[in-house]
Amino acid sequence: MTVPATAPAAAPATAPLTRADVVVVGGGPSGLTAAAALAEALGPDATVLVLDREREAGGIPRHSDHTGYGIRDLHRVLRGPAYARVLVDRAREAGVVVETRAMVTGWAGERALEVTAPTGRRVVEAAAVVLATGARERARPARHIPGDRPDGVLTTGQLQNLVHLHHRPVGERAVVIGGELVSWSAVMTLREAGCRTVAMVTEHERSESYAAFRLLGRLALRVPVLARSRVVAIEGRGRVTGVVVEERDGSRRTVPCDLVVTTGDWIPDHELARSGGLELDRGTRGPLVDAALRTTAPGVFAVGNLLHPVDTADVAAIDGRQVVPAVLGWLGRETAPPSLSGVRLRVEAPLRWVAPQVVDPTGPAPARGRLLLWTDAWVERPRVEAVQDGEVVGSRRLPWPAAPGRVFRVPSAILDAARPDGGDVTLRLA
Amino acid sequence: MSTPSPAGAPRSVDVAVIGGGVVGTAIARRLAGADLSVAIVEARSDVGDGTSKANTAILHTGFDASPGTVESRLVAEGYHLLGDFAAATGIPVERTGALLVAWSEEELAALPGLRDKARRNGYDACAIVSAEEVRAAVPALGPGALGGLTVPGESIICTWSTTIALATDAVARGAEVLLEHRVTAVDATTDGSVLRTTGGDVRARWVVNAAGLHADTIDGLFGHDRFTVTPRRGELLVFDKLARPLAPLIVLPVPSSLGKGVLVSPTVYGNVMLGPTAEDLDDKTATGTSAAGFAFLREKGERIMPALFDEEVTTTYAGLRAAVPGGDYLLERDDEQHYVLVGGIRSTGLTACIAIAEHVAGLLAEGGVDVALRDDLPAPPRIPNIGEAGPRPYADAERIAADPAYGHVVCFCERVTAGEVRDAFDSAIPPRDMDGLRRRTRLMNGRCQGFFCGADAQAALETRGASLLAGADR
Repeated sequence: MTVPATAPAAAPATAPLTRADVVVVGGGPSGLTAAAALAEALGPDATVLVLDREREAGGIPRHSDHTGYGIRDLHRVLRGPAYARVLVDRAREAGVVVETRAMVTGWAGERALEVTAPTGRRVVEAAAVVLATGARERARPARHIPGDRPDGVLTTGQLQNLVHLHHRPVGERAVVIGGELVSWSAVMTLREAGCRTVAMVTEHERSESYAAFRLLGRLALRVPVLARSRVVAIEGRGRVTGVVVEERDGSRRTVPCDLVVTTGDWIPDHELARSGGLELDRGTRGPLVDAALRTTAPGVFAVGNLLHPVDTADVAAIDGRQVVPAVLGWLGRETAPPSLSGVRLRVEAPLRWVAPQVVDPTGPAPARGRLLLWTDAWVERPRVEAVQDGEVVGSRRLPWPAAPGRVFRVPSAILDAARPDGGDVTLRLA
Repeated sequence: MSTPSPAGAPRSVDVAVIGGGVVGTAIARRLAGADLSVAIVEARSDVGDGTSKANTAILHTGFDASPGTVESRLVAEGYHLLGDFAAATGIPVERTGALLVAWSEEELAALPGLRDKARRNGYDACAIVSAEEVRAAVPALGPGALGGLTVPGESIICTWSTTIALATDAVARGAEVLLEHRVTAVDATTDGSVLRTTGGDVRARWVVNAAGLHADTIDGLFGHDRFTVTPRRGELLVFDKLARPLAPLIVLPVPSSLGKGVLVSPTVYGNVMLGPTAEDLDDKTATGTSAAGFAFLREKGERIMPALFDEEVTTTYAGLRAAVPGGDYLLERDDEQHYVLVGGIRSTGLTACIAIAEHVAGLLAEGGVDVALRDDLPAPPRIPNIGEAGPRPYADAERIAADPAYGHVVCFCERVTAGEVRDAFDSAIPPRDMDGLRRRTRLMNGRCQGFFCGADAQAALETRGASLLAGADR
């Protein structure tokens, strides 16, 4: 029997922890980064435990076997699996206990968690809990794509698991639904698996992604992008045989394929947040947080793509550092306000959500001094306004576009002139 | 036990039951309890893989049946018989009760008639309640409910476990399950029949046709032209488990001049179901979903329970119900051909299945077959619990301590463990495909629909669970 160094069973003799200073739920980039930063800040006497339900910690990068990871947090460029390993190693080196195949199934108290693992069913009590449960892509049923229900319809997550972790063939002709950053990740995985992407179908005006990806798409990946189109039916009994694509003018055609990948359309894995009674934001569907990443539950914090579905892994990871002062404050190591503080942020269409949702204009800035927003419409050089009590209190023309399918970043300085004791601040595109 | 067939000779049994749905397996179980050799002859690769799998999964009291019909009697009897069998075997059942909600004056005026009809069906527990009581019972209902009729006995049940439990008990009693045996021709004689199937010939002294949607085709192979089964497609939306508190009980529509409405029901897996649509088709394999069906359900659902559409849709499915003209069950014996037709079994057949089986045994007894139960019957099997009301392995500390495989959650959304997947493959009727594994364990049935676990699930299927257990050793 081989015993990889990452498995909890590799440390026999140690009984599973039932108490910790900090428990981080979820061992992806944000959870591992938070755990490592907290372990360093708290010192060797403190216990920081990461509970991850997968066999290996690392989160989604484990099966995103392409480059582009680690730029903003580690200042180097890594492939997904290597990035995941670096984060796990860094957490362990910082003294974090990373327990895998340990699933948190519910709450046993305000900061007590029910855990199922091969080592047993137990309750873990924590002085502070950090939720880092991430996000998932909506699957076909949640996207209401009608038609036959054959095999061969997958999310990017399942596709990349199959290809990168299980090394399985997936098909020969794929249609990719969605035009988000992750959609190109799916295309690259398909190419590696020897499967041609015969069409990428997006309802937007263009396939949304960074310029480099667009160029890659056109030149290297040679993927025909069907913009302003949507898949209105999947065909095939047993196995997919094609999809019916409808253009905005109502014209339809069938694209033959043997694989359909539904990409993007992310939703936070917020079950634990909801069952813990945390207030959720209607836009992100993740927990409502302030700039310090406190939730509405005392001593419960949240980081990563649970809060902003989804940003890139490195930005999610940076949340892990952002949360440190608030957790230390809660643990009595530093002074920090005891609960969520600041003005409530709202958005106006086509903006869909903003994170964090509560910001104190005189307090600490959000991570990297950026508010994270999502837009449903493309605006090339957007002017963003912040409106409080009927008055424009901030305005910025940004040199980057507001693009559907990826996070739209707005400098939090736009709130500098907002009154801390004023009403809600609405962000809108002017 | 069937006669062991020498090379080339057809398998030979006393009774062949065509169709391994909930009705066919119930009949096979009943007859295998007598001194008879029985085979279930099923076209598909699993039991319960036809109409039985996509049912609204309600254990009906029979309050709204047409009084005096065979269906009315068998549903009322079956309600108790299946309830008892479920308790004995561990089929998930939740006694939620139901509430018919009237949204118009016409529907409100229909409630006393429905209560009286229930009485004529032998069900006396219905009560008419006010709008306030309706709202108190289901606070998440949309505005405009005028009143309601309670049906306290209506319950929710696991339709998948029901067929599995019946088939497992049938096997324990000696029946054989012949999967992938599609009947293509019949040679009927007064001494019995030879069924020509895609899996080889099956000779039987008596044949019971419980082929569901295809019962008319099989009836035709016996030379009859008695009825036509029209597949009636019912599309259903299954909402995320986080929606479950919205639906504490089954919310039923009141039949009205506007047609049959849709229901909102909790499921034993902890979800909420909305549906079904009703669309007559001519294709018995058209289990797809449609944009029109979704739009219809959305329109209805937003009126009944608007908050439902703030939640995610976990899955959609479309079941085909076997609609026949006349509406009642067709249960007829043909002494010349030693053949029994069990046709026209609508969705109520889930509730009625064991009563139908008793009725068929009665028909065979009248035809001269000894169907008396043996006195050495095995105890009913205990099947793995996949319902939320009972203990699930992931939450069972003692079970995990005894076997760590029950502590290894492999499907996060549904909290299915490696131990349960292993058990499914070790069972009397192991799954042959992913759908079969899903029906036995709930693996991949959750909100992520395979985003996290899909690849592991596929490997588990191909290795019959071993790939997951290998992980547990590491």
